[in-house]
Amino acid sequence: MSLHFPTKIVDTDILVVGGGMAGCGAVFEAKYWCRSKCKVTLVEKANTEKSGAVGMGLSACNLGVFTTDPDDPKPEDFVQYVRNDLLGMVREDLVYDIARHMTSTIKLFDEWGLPIWRDPKTGKYLRTGRWQHPIHGESYKAIIAEPCRKSADEVYERVYVTHPLLDESRPNRIAGVVGFNVRDGTFYVFRAKAVIVAAGGTSLLYRPRSVGEGLGRAWYPTWASGSAYAIPLLAGAETVTMEFRLVVVRFKDAYGPVGFPYLLLKMRSTDVKGKQWEPLPDEAKAELSKIFYDFAWAKPTPTPIRTWVTIQNLKEGRGPDLMQTQERLPDEESLKVLFEDYLDMTPTQAFYWASQNIHPQKTPSELMPTEPYVQASHASPGGMWASGPSDIAPKEYIWGPNRMLTVEGLFGAGDVVGASGHKFSSGSFTEGRIAGKSAARYVLTQAKDYKPTISNDTIERYKEIVYRPLEWYHKNKPLTTTPEMPPQYTNWFEIHPNYLNWYQLLVRLQKTMDEYAAGWGMFYTTNMYLLNRGWELLKMLEEDFRFAAAASLHELLRVWEVYHRLLVGQAVVFSMMNRKESRGYYLNADYPYIDEENWHVFTHVRRDPKTGQWSFRTSPVIHIIPP
Amino acid sequence: MPTFVYASLCKGCGKCVDICPADNMQYNPKNRKGYNADPISCAECMNCVKYCPEHAVDVRPYSDFAPLGARVGVIRDTKKNIIYWRIVFRDGTVYDFASPIRTTPWGSAKGALDIPERSDLDSELLALEDKPEYLGFPELPRPKQTVRIVGSILKAKQKTGGG
Repeated sequence: MSLHFPTKIVDTDILVVGGGMAGCGAVFEAKYWCRSKCKVTLVEKANTEKSGAVGMGLSACNLGVFTTDPDDPKPEDFVQYVRNDLLGMVREDLVYDIARHMTSTIKLFDEWGLPIWRDPKTGKYLRTGRWQHPIHGESYKAIIAEPCRKSADEVYERVYVTHPLLDESRPNRIAGVVGFNVRDGTFYVFRAKAVIVAAGGTSLLYRPRSVGEGLGRAWYPTWASGSAYAIPLLAGAETVTMEFRLVVVRFKDAYGPVGFPYLLLKMRSTDVKGKQWEPLPDEAKAELSKIFYDFAWAKPTPTPIRTWVTIQNLKEGRGPDLMQTQERLPDEESLKVLFEDYLDMTPTQAFYWASQNIHPQKTPSELMPTEPYVQASHASPGGMWASGPSDIAPKEYIWGPNRMLTVEGLFGAGDVVGASGHKFSSGSFTEGRIAGKSAARYVLTQAKDYKPTISNDTIERYKEIVYRPLEWYHKNKPLTTTPEMPPQYTNWFEIHPNYLNWYQLLVRLQKTMDEYAAGWGMFYTTNMYLLNRGWELLKMLEEDFRFAAAASLHELLRVWEVYHRLLVGQAVVFSMMNRKESRGYYLNADYPYIDEENWHVFTHVRRDPKTGQWSFRTSPVIHIIPP
Repeated sequence: MPTFVYASLCKGCGKCVDICPADNMQYNPKNRKGYNADPISCAECMNCVKYCPEHAVDVRPYSDFAPLGARVGVIRDTKKNIIYWRIVFRDGTVYDFASPIRTTPWGSAKGALDIPERSDLDSELLALEDKPEYLGFPELPRPKQTVRIVGSILKAKQKTGGG
């Protein structure tokens, strides 16, 4: 195999990494303000039409419109809801900022052709619960990709971004990124005045519950490889509250979401003895308030507490919780609504019912807490630390343009920006728009005369690093008698003294995270001993990336995805080691309670891009919306 | 193996290879057909199934929890903008579903440059938000009342007696 791939250098003003919901929002808005004055480039690892977490489809805009209409929620209401749901760990300026721009996003979606359900009498968008609009969302992503592609000056697809490039003449300044094309192997160097990272969160970091053929199956798409955090971390940007992670309760095995049955169909769930746990009864809240204080009384019950209840029921032999679907499906029409909801977004849920002869109108369905994920757009406050909007953020939260991370010129949106959960798809798009305008303003004013300094030596060095697994494989392959696999296939169980393939690296990462950093195999429990030991094992795994081998460009993609996941795992474990309390979807048995006195703070970790050393600090949580 | 390709139906157009979000679908130059090269990274999103013009890509749900016998068929019609599903249970029960997927013709969405230019680069308003029907408010909202509570919101709440 020839490893002499060509190098292509792309110069642009604003580079958007990741063409999911946040990336599409960023491209659209950045171009709107740039017009012909600056160039906006999108780089995406798949096909923008069906990439990102929404590539599977979705059945609701989980964040809807906020208007003056008394029936519609106000941004303040939303901040209070998110604050409770994330047990206080929230950047209220960021959450408020998204809510106040939601109406225009939903209106754009509507104009572009997204089928949003309407109330036939009033003509207004229907709501399920307080915040969501149900949609027919099979083509949600394809519809959003269309204006994004029309807006971008250039779109590079099937290019996986592996590393950021820092400016060589200015400290802590982003200058671009490098990556490679997974189809033809071209090495890409993007040089930009501003980089907006809008990549995806992290699935498959922890051992999934599926085994055998379904091995990689997860609730959050398998292709979400944590680049949202890995790229900024490699550039030296700070994270926030990565230990919180995300564990959600889903239909067992199929991972079908439960919001729709609860909110639209008003279903309830019980344990196997028939005791109701959702909606959570008052006596249970009283009991839970001993652990979770007033958060147990919040309406709706915070997601970490609801998840905790399901875990506890399993632990104590009352589980699994059962969604009592049969109570709320009186006719064909309601059954149709339920099935269509999943076919639009998680077809596996329909397969699951069909294959096991589970008729939801007759039989309840089992619920199960998933393995942990790391992502900033759902019910968790993990992510990167970002500067806030200048008109409402406390001064401590402003060090640069809105949504700029702690590296000059590096912006974030969607799954990237932490401490502002509950943005989901529509909120991520909105945050992309906010970051897009902010980056355009930055490029047209502050960074107008900036020119990236990147030497040819650096480019050559990164090229060597990126393709090393491919070279390593072909160099070492003839040492053993194991036959080569057909093109693109991974020999999952090849035993080789000199190398590890992506699958072997991934499984080791998952085992370490599961057993040492509170995965489902340990009932989401850890302690300081386990965390310190896990940290050592992750260090060794990082060292073993020297032996990473890739037989094809597809495997090369997988190797770098696993590397990105490893960095996320390190950030999670390092944050967990330093937070001396339990808050989030896990229990640190050495510090088993919420400690409002000392730990109502954000945790930040940073990896020094020069030395690779990790450091930790905390910062106070500043609330701006009255309690 | 979540999705697979029927050899007799595949014409090698590469649509499945083009659309797969996980880079699982690959093209075999020897027999000039697509195949799922990385089934354990498959999320069963079914985009390859939906985009295949020959209906050559099919799905057999994960064997770790799905007994054989159930079938799922899908046709994504981008002319009528309807997606049709057929679900066949292991016990033979059949359900047919149809949902709209888009309300406007494909290609009709406006890009950023199709929207008139504005000059308020310094404001916090985004595209089209100079119009109240887009913003939802007469002007961009800012919190009506702000506080500065550093640390525990629960403690602050207890002090004020608010809720």
